[in-house]
Amino acid sequence: AVRARPPLAPVKHGAVAAAVPQTNLRRDCRWYSVSHLSVKERIDKKRTAALVGGGQKRIDAQHKRGKLTARERVELLLDPESFVESDMFVEHRCSDFGMEQDSNKVTGRTHASDLCNIMDQAMTVGAPVIGLNDSGGARIQEGVESLAGYADIFLRNVLASGVVPQISLIMGPCAGGAVYSPALTDFTFMVKDTSYLFITGPDVVKSVTNEDVTQEELGGAKTHTTVSGVAHHAFENDVEALLNMREFFNFLPLSNQDPAPIRESHDPSDRLVPSLDTIVPFETTKAYDMLDIIQTIVDERDFFEIMPNYAKNIVVGFARMNGRTVGIVGNQPKVASGCLDINSSVKGARFVRFCDAFNIPIITFVDVPGFLPGTAQEYGGIIRHGAKLLYAFAEATVPKITVITRKAYGGAYDVMSSKHLRGDVNYAWPSAEVAVMGAKGAVQIIFRGKENQAEAEAEYVEKFANPFPAAVRGFVDDIIEPSTTRKKICRDLEVLASKKQVNPWKKHANIPL
Amino acid sequence: MCCAVHRNAQYSTVYNTSEKTFDKILIANRGEIACRVIKTCKKMGIKTVAVHSDVDSSAVHVKMADEAVCVGPAPTNKSYLNMDAIMDAIRATGAQAVHPGYGFLSENKEFAKRLAAEDVTFIGPDTHAIQAMGDKIESKLIAKAAQVNTIPGFDGVVKTAEEAVKIAQDIGYPVMIKASAGGGGKGMRISWNDEETREGFRFSSQEAASSFGDDRLLIEKYIDNPRHIEIQVLADKHGNALWLNERECSIQRRNQKVVEEAPSTFLDPTTRRAMGEQAVQLAKAVQYSSAGTVEFLVDSNRNFYFLEMNTRLQVEHPITECITGLDLVEQMIRVAKGYQLKHKQEDIPINGWAIESRVYAEDPYKSFGLPSIGRLSQYQEPINLSKVRVDSGIQEGSDISIYYDPMISKLVTYGATRAEALARMEDALDNYVIRGVTHNIPLLREIITHPRFISGDISTNFLPEVYPDGFKGHQLEADKRRELLASAAALYITTQLRSQKVLGSLRVPSSPIECNHWELCVELGEGHHSMEVTKSGNVYTVEVDGGKVEVSGQWNLASPLLPLTINGTDRMLQCLSRDASGRIVLQYLGTSFKLRVLSKLAAELNSYMPEKVPEDTSSILRSPMPGTVVAVSVKPGDTVAEGQEICVIEAMKMQNSLTAVRQAKVKNVHCKPGETVGEGDLLVELE
Repeated sequence: AVRARPPLAPVKHGAVAAAVPQTNLRRDCRWYSVSHLSVKERIDKKRTAALVGGGQKRIDAQHKRGKLTARERVELLLDPESFVESDMFVEHRCSDFGMEQDSNKVTGRTHASDLCNIMDQAMTVGAPVIGLNDSGGARIQEGVESLAGYADIFLRNVLASGVVPQISLIMGPCAGGAVYSPALTDFTFMVKDTSYLFITGPDVVKSVTNEDVTQEELGGAKTHTTVSGVAHHAFENDVEALLNMREFFNFLPLSNQDPAPIRESHDPSDRLVPSLDTIVPFETTKAYDMLDIIQTIVDERDFFEIMPNYAKNIVVGFARMNGRTVGIVGNQPKVASGCLDINSSVKGARFVRFCDAFNIPIITFVDVPGFLPGTAQEYGGIIRHGAKLLYAFAEATVPKITVITRKAYGGAYDVMSSKHLRGDVNYAWPSAEVAVMGAKGAVQIIFRGKENQAEAEAEYVEKFANPFPAAVRGFVDDIIEPSTTRKKICRDLEVLASKKQVNPWKKHANIPL
Repeated sequence: MCCAVHRNAQYSTVYNTSEKTFDKILIANRGEIACRVIKTCKKMGIKTVAVHSDVDSSAVHVKMADEAVCVGPAPTNKSYLNMDAIMDAIRATGAQAVHPGYGFLSENKEFAKRLAAEDVTFIGPDTHAIQAMGDKIESKLIAKAAQVNTIPGFDGVVKTAEEAVKIAQDIGYPVMIKASAGGGGKGMRISWNDEETREGFRFSSQEAASSFGDDRLLIEKYIDNPRHIEIQVLADKHGNALWLNERECSIQRRNQKVVEEAPSTFLDPTTRRAMGEQAVQLAKAVQYSSAGTVEFLVDSNRNFYFLEMNTRLQVEHPITECITGLDLVEQMIRVAKGYQLKHKQEDIPINGWAIESRVYAEDPYKSFGLPSIGRLSQYQEPINLSKVRVDSGIQEGSDISIYYDPMISKLVTYGATRAEALARMEDALDNYVIRGVTHNIPLLREIITHPRFISGDISTNFLPEVYPDGFKGHQLEADKRRELLASAAALYITTQLRSQKVLGSLRVPSSPIECNHWELCVELGEGHHSMEVTKSGNVYTVEVDGGKVEVSGQWNLASPLLPLTINGTDRMLQCLSRDASGRIVLQYLGTSFKLRVLSKLAAELNSYMPEKVPEDTSSILRSPMPGTVVAVSVKPGDTVAEGQEICVIEAMKMQNSLTAVRQAKVKNVHCKPGETVGEGDLLVELE
């Protein structure tokens, strides 16, 4: 059976939007599809009315800033040239809402309560929430009331967390308290050059710390996607961002009660990938690009990377295997040898937890030489941050498939979705080395001060730097030809689709924050 | 996957495995030619040894060979040219003979000598022939003595204008006059008649005296619109020699061949025979054995002149194999063992027509091809088509590195007629999937479909004449543009419709009602094209730019190939990329076009989006390709003039001088000699 993707119902302006309950929608949708023309007429009318209502000046001003108006954003997100009739309905509802925002009749308080209503509704029926944020922060004139409004939204964000996917799209300044709504959602996307996120702006920064900093440097898209890790992706402009949002949304399930979506796939599940047989370089010190592996294995080379410019030593993102959404985690040997450090651990952990919360199987590609040593890391708390990734993988009950492409050393081996952390299927490529550490380091410790280190090193490589010790102990299920990886994963996912695993009852777990 | 695939017969040769040659041959080469040689060895029941550099350890030729020996690190002078290591490999494996392929050690007499000293057979001519033909001056003298046409000319002191005219008349017009001491084409004057000769004499003798202090003049036959046509010869050690017809290799850029064909459209049987016979005379004059090639320049009146002889297997040998049915590598091995040629001259046919396109990893938009490197992320050769031969030494996942020749493959098509071979070449190029490196298929396809090429009106100046402002890709006519726009729109809608097709959900069982009419806007270059699209079954009807286009296809979104039927004509497009914001890159008629498909609404809203100012590139110099910095000619504070050399980048045996685009002061230098740089790396900043 083929069905339409659920339509969305977003709203904008410092705000959150909820997808419309799908079950209800269907009924309404049928009705609307009958009277489709009249709806369209009504929309057109309202659209015209909004323009006539003195909006043109404000619209022009917004365009001049390189931004779209709220209504335009919502319209584009739910493009009326959309491909399924049911979207018409949603567009209608949202345009209504959007137009209210545009005419700016709502105060902060009523604004927030509207948002809360929508979020409550989204949670009740299990529908994702998308927020299009473009807000200057609390209105000082409104005093404590606006603060209360924020808190109401924050609470909804927290309660919805793990129930329905929440995405924030930052499309303008978002400062002060307002920043905590996106921070609480699952994904934050920004628009380059026009969006900012900060607790306090450059003026306040100057008066407090005497730092000279521009808005862009302080909280622009580049800062948050490369330095702070606050945002997960940056797009060139509003149109790019909204179109990408549509694409991204298609990867996600509606709620934690729904399975990961399976889209029609044209890519054969048993496709062999011969190029993988030669991708891992002969020399263990030489890097390769983990993205090359991921792209050839997943459907249609279609990989939506999350945080592509932050903590690049780990790669995370969504893809599909035989049509089914999967979460991909991979060490990136090209950057810092693919080691785990504070930032990459946190990046990976948050992603793994999202997948686990929303029934998305996790595929992990391992080539990790270990955790990054040094005072910077130790003082920064690599122990507790590294523990997050360990915790996330261990706690996850979704299907977990792991492929060790090369190095799997030490504690990092354990962390990366190992068999010991309830990995369902763990494969090793022939180039895999599962060991406590690399040959050189090991020999230096074991044979400290002894002669013929080279000989000892060769012996170590022979004994440990290969997949066999792990395989004979059952820590890897199979040593596979790299070219068969896609075929095997697709088959395993089929089998694991019915996986049911429950963690012991608890109020909530206590991840080392 | 690699090398010649023998689904189609390319040689009619019957391999006689009872004729004993060698037990084991070492191939002192890499890439496609190593694979090519191994292929024939396998057929002849000969074991093979590959040599390779460390970066080539999982290369195709290594996998194909029975044994492989690493002969050093990546740079060729440390591996493939490393005679000591190769000699060691021969001893270690017990190979009885060495096939050198082309390039590397193939024309190195020192190598041939060292092999002879150890009683290992060199599969090629003996050192005497290599040496004689390797020297430009000596080879011309030998050719002259063997009654081979050489470019007539006079080099010496000419006293009067009338003497010059006499010499010119003896040579025959047109002639080229210049000072002997002037290098290259400097001060060269072309004369078509006596009057011009007198004038040329005056200028050149003045220049000779004033600029060089050397009175001597060179008056030589000027070859207008020269063609490069070569004769394949095959000789044994018993004094027998054959000519295996010609190869037309006039399509060149920077003296490198791009497209070759056999036979040539230009030669009549008489000329062919004359050229063939002279080539054989030359081969006999140097007691040549093995396969060799005699290169000629041919002028517009079919006068031909000896250029040089290549004493090895030539890159473009497959086209000769296609039309003669001989396996040249097999013949070389037999001859090296001392067997007599089995064929007589009258046994050598011209069966049909064969064309070879050299597919390179290079950017044809930069001076007809600057090297590019990368990993072949996707790679499919069009070998499922009939009468297509692909000689390559790479496969999906291979790296095209800066160390070696950037040739991806030799794509050969053949047929009963030239038209048939050309039509196949068009198909083959359209079906060839190469991703991860920039390649020259756009240029190849333009050449083989150009009216001048089709009519056979070519010369070595073809590329600069046809594309005086450089190659710019296929120029779309209005109807073709509509086809392209319609294809992009149809592909876009297919992807959008597919994204609605979510299977096996627990909620909402019924299927959606699909729209079948859309209004879209497609951007191509600077143009914005509004269109209306309707869909019925697999057929999209697109109204755009005042025309109607019908597009249908199977719409497999996972395949890089996009076989479409556009207005009733079958066309093979390729989808190079597509993204969430409607950007689609399609390869159409060989050239890749960047398009952007947006819904009417998205297009309207997109017009409000500010154009981001691109980096001012006139004040920065970036490396146009990956390579090594050989020289940096400026330092911060220097003032450079427009066109002045700033630095030199070497990539794949080529030195590229990078120059300033305007006069400016050098602000910063970010590279130093010896450094490796990637494409787009910042080299120098100007103020």
